[in-house]
Amino acid sequence: MSTRKFSVFSLMVAASMTLALCGSAGAAGKSIKIATQSPLSGDQSVIGVDIKRGAELALEQLSGPLEALGIKAELAPFDDQANPDTGVANAKRIVSDPAILAIVGHYNSGVQIPSSEVYHSSGLVNISPANTNPKVTTRGYLEVNRIVGRDDVQGVVGADFAKSKGVKTVFVVHDKTAYGQGIAEFFKKKAAENGMKVLGFEGTEEKANFDALLSPVVAGNPDLVYFGGMAFQAAVLFKQARERGYEGMFLSDDGFDSSDAAKIGGGTLIAGGGTYYSTVSGPASVYPGTAKFLKDFQAKYNATPQPFAAQAYDCMAISLKAIENAAKAHGNKVPTRKAVAEAVRALKDFKGITGTFTFNKIGDPEKALYFVIQVESADPSKWSENKIVKTLEIAPPQ
Amino acid sequence: MIRFLKRINVYELVRPVGQMVLFSLGSAAFMSAIAISLALALDGTAVGASLMDKYNVSLYTYTMLNLPQVIIDGLTIGFVYAAIALGYTMVYGVLEFINFAHSEIFAVGAFVGVELLIALDGMGILAGASLGMAYAYLILAIILGMMAAGGLAVAVERVAYRPLRGASRLVPLISAIGVSFLLQDVIRLVESLTSGQFNRIMPTFGNFDSRIVFGKIAMGTSKLTLGISVKSIIVIGSAVLMLVGLNYLVNATRVGKAIRAVAQDRPTASLMGINVNRIISLTFLVGGLLGGAAGVLYALKFTRIDPFVGFFPGLKAFTAAVLGGIGNMTGALLGGIVLGMLETFAGSYMGVFTMGAAGSEYKDIFAFSILILVLIFRPQGLMGKHVMQKA
Repeated sequence: MSTRKFSVFSLMVAASMTLALCGSAGAAGKSIKIATQSPLSGDQSVIGVDIKRGAELALEQLSGPLEALGIKAELAPFDDQANPDTGVANAKRIVSDPAILAIVGHYNSGVQIPSSEVYHSSGLVNISPANTNPKVTTRGYLEVNRIVGRDDVQGVVGADFAKSKGVKTVFVVHDKTAYGQGIAEFFKKKAAENGMKVLGFEGTEEKANFDALLSPVVAGNPDLVYFGGMAFQAAVLFKQARERGYEGMFLSDDGFDSSDAAKIGGGTLIAGGGTYYSTVSGPASVYPGTAKFLKDFQAKYNATPQPFAAQAYDCMAISLKAIENAAKAHGNKVPTRKAVAEAVRALKDFKGITGTFTFNKIGDPEKALYFVIQVESADPSKWSENKIVKTLEIAPPQ
Repeated sequence: MIRFLKRINVYELVRPVGQMVLFSLGSAAFMSAIAISLALALDGTAVGASLMDKYNVSLYTYTMLNLPQVIIDGLTIGFVYAAIALGYTMVYGVLEFINFAHSEIFAVGAFVGVELLIALDGMGILAGASLGMAYAYLILAIILGMMAAGGLAVAVERVAYRPLRGASRLVPLISAIGVSFLLQDVIRLVESLTSGQFNRIMPTFGNFDSRIVFGKIAMGTSKLTLGISVKSIIVIGSAVLMLVGLNYLVNATRVGKAIRAVAQDRPTASLMGINVNRIISLTFLVGGLLGGAAGVLYALKFTRIDPFVGFFPGLKAFTAAVLGGIGNMTGALLGGIVLGMLETFAGSYMGVFTMGAAGSEYKDIFAFSILILVLIFRPQGLMGKHVMQKA
């Protein structure tokens, strides 16, 4: 009995000491969490892990102002496995943790859309570094924001670029996901308007054997093959198309922006008409503000950041700034989730490393950058040196 | 030497090659006839007009000009299916149970082979390898994949099936499904721990990616290149070698006689002094060896593998085995070739024949509908019951 009393007593002492320690750092020991959701395992983990790392780096570097208010911010990384079911299950765990005040996340629109329904139902703010499907914001949720462009614009950028290259015929393939099919449909529509002949429009979930699909593609010998979807499928498709003697041009979307593409496709991406992809996120080095980020990222993780890592950094920065503003408005207390969501929308001209952000009333950035990039080297380690052939700044459609 | 040569049963070497040629030509001719008659029927309709608008050729010309390439593609995947299907059918012939873990044994073979090549590539050996050495490394990878898969198949039989041999027929089936899931996740675990990434990519080396071009055919405004990639030839060639070897083993050797005896009547075979357990292990070993080799060949042909890579080829090979008549080796060969052809024909032509409404994404529905039809009218499969002996 006495030992038990003693242990309770010692626990209390330890707790009060911890409080005192925190107290010395700020006003009182209040801690909050900011979650990330991205694929940390599986085919798309190359990108997903760096989204987490970008957010982690931002939290380390930029949580100073919050700590001055006595609020300690921690990172809570979740693995959505690029799978909608997993994303939603994680989302339920996230909203049930009252300490989580914001979520940076999702690489895949197909995962973000159902997961954000959960965030919306409990008023938790979500800032997306990579989701481009229009539906992400067109639902008009106060909680959902993104700092990148949209597929309905990205498809148009791709089709306009194809026109500028003198493309007359095109074969469109997509991966049957909300993201890939969506972008492919916008591309197809604009391509037809631009006077291109669309020889075919096919969806496929195949990952390995594209022989049958390629028969009508190669037979039509189009000037361009467009793929709406992810690199791990697109690169295999492109490689097999080249092996079957197709010599035209390939064009894909920001899902193609992964060094895995070079690992799979190798020299076949450079041969013939070459390979291009449109994206809402250039290599981190094209943004004027990223020099320090690149250096710090390299120092901390000993790797060059994959696409969207810098965007994740900015999403985290926006979350931290919004929480800080909301806390200040609430007398330096931990703000409510609703207050944070409103604070995100209230930000004006927030200076991040990839741009200056003001959100419109549905959560799109008022101006977004779009790039068309050409694959320059078959060497995966040189992926981030790919050449930007076109840059556009376009406002989202209303 | 001459006595040794005399003992070789030439008939059993020629017969399977003859069968393969016959099945390939037969299914190619049959499928082509269907495709051509469909094309002729649809040429005058809106389908023909839409194709004319896009490709500037009539549907009939389009179908004819694409035929050779489609047949080559169909044969390549067909032989891969046949090599896997033999693993299912051998085990069924001997034990009358379906080894659903065979698809993962295939995947393990693929992973072992690809990991070896990735390791060699990492050491910089592959990049500078001469053509002969490139082939030597590929053969080494195939052999290693075969050994790993064969050993695993034997171990799975010993651990998960043999203790259940007396139980009712459903019990080992459930055990097989369990082993299948277990192996998938073991591959995932091992790959995640060692490489941090469980989708692996076959390194590019040798001349496997290059293409032998037979010629160009003008079609409308575009030109068709007719050719076959080196790796397709390797896949077909190795599959033919393995199938001939297996046929010889089963039909022309003492061991093969023992396998057939066990398949016909296990208790009687054991009374005749055949070690039944050893023969069953041997059956699994042979099935695993074939599956492992097919795995490495699959990775070579299609570049990218993941822990679930076995699922679809396994399912299709099982279908091929059933289509041909499960338990019958010739049937598995026929089923594999027919299924590969069906799938490739459907995938290549359906989009054009339906004006893009049902493209190659529906190829599996088409292939499996044929399976259902065959099973309704011939429940024993195409070759079932024709041949008296099994295995």
